[in-house]
Amino acid sequence: MSEEQDDIILSELSDEELVPQIHDDLYDGMKEEIEESVHILLDRGWMPYDVLTKALVEGMRIVGIDFRDGILFVPEVLLAANAMKGGMAILKPLLAETGAPRLGNMLIGTVKGDIHDIGKNLVTMMMEGAGFEVNDLGINNPVENYLDELESGEYDILGMSALLTTTMPYMKVVIDTMVEKGMRDDYVVLVGGAPLNEEFGKAIGADAYCRDAAVAVETAKEFMASKHNQLSA
Amino acid sequence: MAMEVDDNTLTEKGLDVPDVKTGRVLLLACGALAHEILALKRLNKWDHMDLQCLPAKYHLYPDKIPAAVEEAVHKHHDDYETIFVVYADCGTGGLLQAKCAELGVEMVAGPHCYSFFEGNDLFAKTSEDEITAFYLTDFLVKQFDAFVIKPMGLDRHPELRDMYFGNYTKVVYQAQVNDPVLDAKAQTCADKLGLPLERRFTGYGDLEVALVDI
Repeated sequence: MSEEQDDIILSELSDEELVPQIHDDLYDGMKEEIEESVHILLDRGWMPYDVLTKALVEGMRIVGIDFRDGILFVPEVLLAANAMKGGMAILKPLLAETGAPRLGNMLIGTVKGDIHDIGKNLVTMMMEGAGFEVNDLGINNPVENYLDELESGEYDILGMSALLTTTMPYMKVVIDTMVEKGMRDDYVVLVGGAPLNEEFGKAIGADAYCRDAAVAVETAKEFMASKHNQLSA
Repeated sequence: MAMEVDDNTLTEKGLDVPDVKTGRVLLLACGALAHEILALKRLNKWDHMDLQCLPAKYHLYPDKIPAAVEEAVHKHHDDYETIFVVYADCGTGGLLQAKCAELGVEMVAGPHCYSFFEGNDLFAKTSEDEITAFYLTDFLVKQFDAFVIKPMGLDRHPELRDMYFGNYTKVVYQAQVNDPVLDAKAQTCADKLGLPLERRFTGYGDLEVALVDI
């Protein structure tokens, strides 16, 4: 973002300067700088959860907005995600130790016949950053993979992803099978992927179509909040 | 006389209808299919058909296709007896099919050009076994940098290759014509992705079948 980048010594920046610098470095996909900055904040006594939310997640939020507005494109988002992944790798074990808040549990996977996982991986990372526990089933998942895992774990949300017109109808197979087994209403089902749209999401019986990772996070948070409200009513 | 159109123009701007119109059939196509359609017109002497192409770069932004098709259909509706849309679903998630139904025009069957070039029935049977194949057509081989390398940022950030292509195991080049120059280019494309190449001659497949029925 800046030609002065080479001159900046991260460890010499105050917290007030370093956090926006982390946002800039995330924006520019500078993984090594992100890892260094995360270590610096932790060494200064920051709680891992604060590093995650105030530095990394906020930085990715800015990236997400500029992606949505057509200022950034997929390659830049991937570089930013890769940089965030570096920071997350440092924070993840510490988050578990320090009892960071958990918003809910999500199972996610790309559907059968589809090997595309860029969007799914972004969603996974952003959901983890937002405080969700995410189990990623990977690519090319038949209905059994989803159902077996849902039945064996304690999940709130099922996320399904597809990039191909030919594979996206498989999401309906999964949802229909959940209905047959009487388990559909136990989960919030979120779907996403380039060829999907709102109408498709409704037509297959998903709870929501999420057009990008940021929307997925916001949608998941809304569903979890309304679930808690229902439970406490 | 054979019409010459360059690939960069087809990618960025498409192809306008001719000044002198037949008034019979307008083929409203993806720019990536222009060479194949013009070849079929020539071979079959389909002189009652005119061709207009939308920019092939919509391949990268399928959400733009239905609106662009609608605009072109409205523009030429009074000039032709029949307008036929030479797109498959092409990543529109059924929205192009719905738009064509609304406009009262027909379109090519199938999910995308890789399918109709190979033949929709055959592709449906075989594609499940090769979900890790990355498909290229003649046009995409010629315009590989414009459609793959540059938009994916691989020219600037080759380290992203694995994030995009880590799950792929091969490049399948569906050749519409036999051309050693294109074969060599396809090999270069596969090399850039770090994947083995499989060449498969398809000819025009179901594209010809679709057009012959108009």
